[in-house]
Amino acid sequence: MATISLEGVSKVYPNGHAAVRDVTLGIDDGELLVLVGPSGSGKSTVLRLIAGLETASGGRIMIGGRDVTDVAPQERDLAMVFQTYALYPHKSVRENLAFALEVRRIPAAQIEERVRAAATGLGIESLLDRKPAQLSGGQRQRVALGRAIVREPRAFLLDEPLSNLDPLLRAATRAELALLHRRLGATMVYVTHDQEEAMTLATRMAVMNGGILEQVAAPLEIFARPATTFVAQFVGTPSMNLWPGTWSRAGAARRVMTAAFALDAAGSALAGASHDGSGIVIGLRPHDIDVTPIGGGDVDGTVELVEALGAWTTMHVRVGANRELVRVAALSGPAARPGDRVGLRFRRDRLQVFDAATERNLLTL
Amino acid sequence: MTRRSWRWSLVTAVIVSAVLFPLGWAVLSSLTPESRLFQAPGLPRALVLDHYRALFDARDFWTPIRNSIIVAGSTTVLSVTFGTACAYALVRLRFRGKALVLAFVLAVSMFPQISIVSPLYLVLRELRLLDTYPGLVLPYLTFAMPLTIWMLVGFLRQLPAELEDAAFMDGAGRWRTAWDVLLPLAAPGLATTAILTFLYCWNEFLFALSFALGPDSYTVPVAIALFRGQYQVPWGEILAAAVVATAPVAAIVLVAQRRIVAGLTAGAVKG
Repeated sequence: MATISLEGVSKVYPNGHAAVRDVTLGIDDGELLVLVGPSGSGKSTVLRLIAGLETASGGRIMIGGRDVTDVAPQERDLAMVFQTYALYPHKSVRENLAFALEVRRIPAAQIEERVRAAATGLGIESLLDRKPAQLSGGQRQRVALGRAIVREPRAFLLDEPLSNLDPLLRAATRAELALLHRRLGATMVYVTHDQEEAMTLATRMAVMNGGILEQVAAPLEIFARPATTFVAQFVGTPSMNLWPGTWSRAGAARRVMTAAFALDAAGSALAGASHDGSGIVIGLRPHDIDVTPIGGGDVDGTVELVEALGAWTTMHVRVGANRELVRVAALSGPAARPGDRVGLRFRRDRLQVFDAATERNLLTL
Repeated sequence: MTRRSWRWSLVTAVIVSAVLFPLGWAVLSSLTPESRLFQAPGLPRALVLDHYRALFDARDFWTPIRNSIIVAGSTTVLSVTFGTACAYALVRLRFRGKALVLAFVLAVSMFPQISIVSPLYLVLRELRLLDTYPGLVLPYLTFAMPLTIWMLVGFLRQLPAELEDAAFMDGAGRWRTAWDVLLPLAAPGLATTAILTFLYCWNEFLFALSFALGPDSYTVPVAIALFRGQYQVPWGEILAAAVVATAPVAAIVLVAQRRIVAGLTAGAVKG
């Protein structure tokens, strides 16, 4: 197993499109790093750059301390699981698993043994003589994993490996992947657009947007302190409320003014933020807003939409003169109905403050 | 049977019989004795193999058959081998002027054959290739290669690039990937292309007639055309020769027709 590091890596296509811009990222030995972002954010390109399937336009890529920027994918000794699985359709499962070993001229007896071991570990030993076309989606996915495991590579690269599975199977396979990672202790780089998948699997998460690395940190750290407004909205469901506003200081009193409401910021993390006068964006997760009787909170509003999800309920509440929309998530209790008037209390200690111009979190600085 | 499908069957039957009639007539006539060839049509009273015997005993029809097989066969092998390499490069490798190359390849095949016969004749004469197998295979390649390249570009484009990426990640180089992953998957396309190229060369007439100087290097179509004597046309033998020339090709196509149809429509429907 090996460490992987990217130093100022970028990828610009001949048509001028910059898919990846100046990404610097270190992946520790045995880590499961999840690259997450919306489609077109460059996360798959980063994976293909690590794999060597794309050549970097700038920067350096190191694997196990060795500069592999100009090394062919064949020489990098990494295994990749593709979104479409990319199983060789004309080869049986056994041949699919054995191919990489045959290419390396490993003795046949040893190949047989390793294929059998990998297949048993994944519960696909009864499928060894079938062709990929005769397998279900879940089985194909296992074969694709098996093809990577049997190699005993320096690191695993996984490109949205679960996105072609149905939701139930996806959750089960996700748990299995986490166990597999722990069992192998392998370095893994995992690409997904599903932030929930990222949160549950990652030892660290790297959030990408528009070819730029927005934040790299442990999942809960990202959840608690998103570095930018993009990360704040992308990570967590329902996504974080963001309100543009200004920060004012009158003597000892510190207030946050937004179009919909004003908050006394005394006693919150906001009080420490040194930014003054100019524009800010206030962020607060829907789970950090409490529903109170009218007049009992910081602001009153009208419920517009109620989404009951069982364990908890999301409410969309219109607040203030220009009817700003606030998402509130509460444990399901006596249900509010559309049209009801409610009060909302914001938990001061959970407020995030972003610079309106740079969109960066002022509290992390 | 509904009225609609009944009508369709009728239309199909008419078209099929119109297409097959000349072929049937040829087969029948080739088995009819010379004396009754020009009598009113109808089932002959006796079928004889006279014409076939004459074809191989009185004349040497084996030579044209051998010539045709060698010329068409080697053209097919060469053009599919090199065409696959070209098509692969055009589909997968990145280089400047790719579209231009493709357009140029197509343009080459647009010259009417008749317009290049005389220049080709002079070139081949200078190279002392007239009346030889290479003297036919080389000109055939100029027509067969564009056909092969264009067809194979179509086939290879449909193969998912991720399969090759997977092979690269598995440690296989370009050659190994081509041999172990690409070619097996492209096999139907290769077969279709090979058959069409072979048919084209098997039937080619103008070049074969122009570049062959004597009966020893005639191909089948040329040999048949030159059967006619000064005072008579030996229709029986001509038809027998036509049947002999058609039968193996028809057999190949019948055996491979599923492949061909799958190959020809492979680009149209996502499978």
